[in-house]
Amino acid sequence: MTFGMTAEILARIQFAFTVSFHFIFPAFSIGTASFLAVLNGLWLWKRDPAYLKLFEYWKTIFAVTFGMGVVSGIVMSYQFGTNWSVFSDRAGAVIGPLMGYEVLTAFFLEAGFLGIALFGRRRVGDTLHMVAVAMVAIGTLVSATWITSANSWMHTPAGYGIDANGIFYPEDWWAIIFNPSFPYRLTHTVLAAFLTTAFAVGAVGAWHLLKDSTNRQARIMFSMAMWMAAIVTPMQILVGDMHGLNTLEHQPAKIAAMEGHYESHEDGAPLILFGIPDDEAEETKYAIEIPKLGSLILTHEWDGAIEGLKAFPKEDRPPALIPFFTFRIMVGLGLLMLGMGMWSLWARYHKTLYTNRWLLRAALPMGGSGFVAVLAGWYTTEVGRQPYTVYGLLRTADSLSPVAAPAVGASLLAFVIVYFLVFGAGVFYLFRLFRRPPLEIEDMELEKGPTRAAGLVPGPAQEETLGGPNAH
Amino acid sequence: MPIDLPTIWAGIIAFAVLAYVILDGFDLGVGILFPLFPHRRDRDIITNSIAPVWDGNETWLVLGGGGLMAVFPVVYATVLPALYMPIIAMLLGLIFRGVAFEFRHRTQRGSVWWDVGFWAGSTVAGFTQGIALGALVQGIDVADRSYVGGWWDWLTPFSLLTGLAVVVGYGLLGATWINLKTSGELQAHARRIAMFAGAGTLVLIGVVSLWTPFVRGIYFERWFGWPTAFFSAFVPALLGVCALGLWHGLITDKHLQPFLAALGLFVLSFVGLGISFYPYIVPGALTIAEAAAPDSSLQFLLVGAVILIPTILAYTGYAYWVFRGKIDPEEGYH
Repeated sequence: MTFGMTAEILARIQFAFTVSFHFIFPAFSIGTASFLAVLNGLWLWKRDPAYLKLFEYWKTIFAVTFGMGVVSGIVMSYQFGTNWSVFSDRAGAVIGPLMGYEVLTAFFLEAGFLGIALFGRRRVGDTLHMVAVAMVAIGTLVSATWITSANSWMHTPAGYGIDANGIFYPEDWWAIIFNPSFPYRLTHTVLAAFLTTAFAVGAVGAWHLLKDSTNRQARIMFSMAMWMAAIVTPMQILVGDMHGLNTLEHQPAKIAAMEGHYESHEDGAPLILFGIPDDEAEETKYAIEIPKLGSLILTHEWDGAIEGLKAFPKEDRPPALIPFFTFRIMVGLGLLMLGMGMWSLWARYHKTLYTNRWLLRAALPMGGSGFVAVLAGWYTTEVGRQPYTVYGLLRTADSLSPVAAPAVGASLLAFVIVYFLVFGAGVFYLFRLFRRPPLEIEDMELEKGPTRAAGLVPGPAQEETLGGPNAH
Repeated sequence: MPIDLPTIWAGIIAFAVLAYVILDGFDLGVGILFPLFPHRRDRDIITNSIAPVWDGNETWLVLGGGGLMAVFPVVYATVLPALYMPIIAMLLGLIFRGVAFEFRHRTQRGSVWWDVGFWAGSTVAGFTQGIALGALVQGIDVADRSYVGGWWDWLTPFSLLTGLAVVVGYGLLGATWINLKTSGELQAHARRIAMFAGAGTLVLIGVVSLWTPFVRGIYFERWFGWPTAFFSAFVPALLGVCALGLWHGLITDKHLQPFLAALGLFVLSFVGLGISFYPYIVPGALTIAEAAAPDSSLQFLLVGAVILIPTILAYTGYAYWVFRGKIDPEEGYH
């Protein structure tokens, strides 16, 4: 079961596969947790039942997503040891405590208060329930902070020493946590999570507005999502640019791969819009270029110098093909998001936000854009870090466990089968939840507060049909 | 026994693993017992009893793993490759167990399949955790900070026995938990199951205990050599007390006592292991002192652990308090 590959390649595929599956859930639940906290706060402040209905609606979706994030995350916390034991042994003393803090400050907080946030409103009352919902939201953000710090350290290591056995030891925790790429990466990641949620919520809202443009809950969610898109997308593009400049400073080879530059340019690099980077031939074939624009974007000068991949020894270069394409996918989606946000402002100004059917139809395919962009960005940065796990210091090839290829291949196959089965079903159920109109709670129940956590009550299971008014 | 940073951390990691075993133990136990509760209504009630807390319980496993990587990196880097297959199987089991909570409510036709997944995932997770324990007790081959043993070293009659023991023990925890959280016919049913599971657990603890001293010489020394025998004699004595408490609680229809007694069995077995392992963290391969990360790593994380672990215990306890008492089948809080 090696599929003709080495243990190293199989382990890399396994990591990429499991982390990709894992990443999409937190990317959504970070934004959704904050969204829920805002909705619950609005309900307590304005006492408008529409907000409570929206809270209950998205709460169920959040519960499903969060559960999938938890179980796929546990896999990650053990995979460093099973497949990358040398990396764990050498870098564990530095990045292990960061992940340890993630567990102590974030995971327990989320898990501890999740039960109360989902099922405890009547038992603890509005105030403590709001605290629980806020704690879950804060937990997701704190979690993002620690894990991004650990990942950033692998890209831009700082504050460490290396002993005679090649083992990293900490010298300055402040420098380790706030390593050079961390502030940019964290901001970029969290904004990405908020955008992912915004476009997913926007698509669900648009779907229900297309069916019934008077549905008040659908209007509120679509409006909130489009505000987020209009305000956060420009911020994200700005932060992305700063993050790129930081990468140019610390990981120039990654930038060269992303841009498809094999040759160095002393007096202004072109922007390659499209091409096929070929590492063997050391050139980007079929390139369509815009002169000087590459330097303008990266150095903010027409004639800024950009190093090409040929400036680095062959064995130190990242493969160019994947980062080149994933980077373009991410940027392309970012521009589409920007367009969507601006269009929504235009529609809002003309009072047609809820009735402009072309806008609503366009919002549907954009529902998944955040997920694709997040993964594309993740591949760009991680493949661009190759051939290293700790940039410039520890090679991926030297990080591997003493595992035999058949064992890695067999476990990879098991993960692929189980993930597609389990998370495929999960996504199917999520879409089923998305299709329910956000009108679930009967007004009778609102008077005494909601009693039902949809789908989590003893009683008849949900009907297979499109949910009727009593489906939970 | 020196009280230095590595020893303190070994204690914290041991605490995290124990917290995981007793907390997620009853969650997994509920899943292991699923086939014995064929009615959907009963299954809804018993899953509702653990739904608000299982996620927090499972987080102790992440703390155990993440903590090991941070403070004993070489242990993390040798034990996990040594236990490659059981660990992967455990992770896959936990995936099925974790999603089943939500998924079984999302479908009518597929619901029974998620029930099967819930049972199989819980059972596989418990069994592989027991296998991992047995394999660790046997010791693993380490040279030059790497695992150098074979792919199947973990698979022995002894580790299969410890795997079975943990499954049955978790079943006992699950049954006493259901006995605590339910009423009426469902509780009576759980009480009957707990009697069988209790008998099975005690027998298996006995068999494993008789076998262990012969697995490695050092355990024999610890258990029967002086002065350590003085301390190790306490463990079986207290185990007897817990066994009596369990039996008495079940025949007199107490609600909380059997659960606490079952927890006691696990805590004492764990303490017995600790006495046997010390000063090794990986028996026969790595001592606590030589496996520890640099002091600056231990100090940095200890500051957080000292403040945060009591805080975590406080709000986790609060969450248990919020959802205390018998599950009311009519109340739809989950």
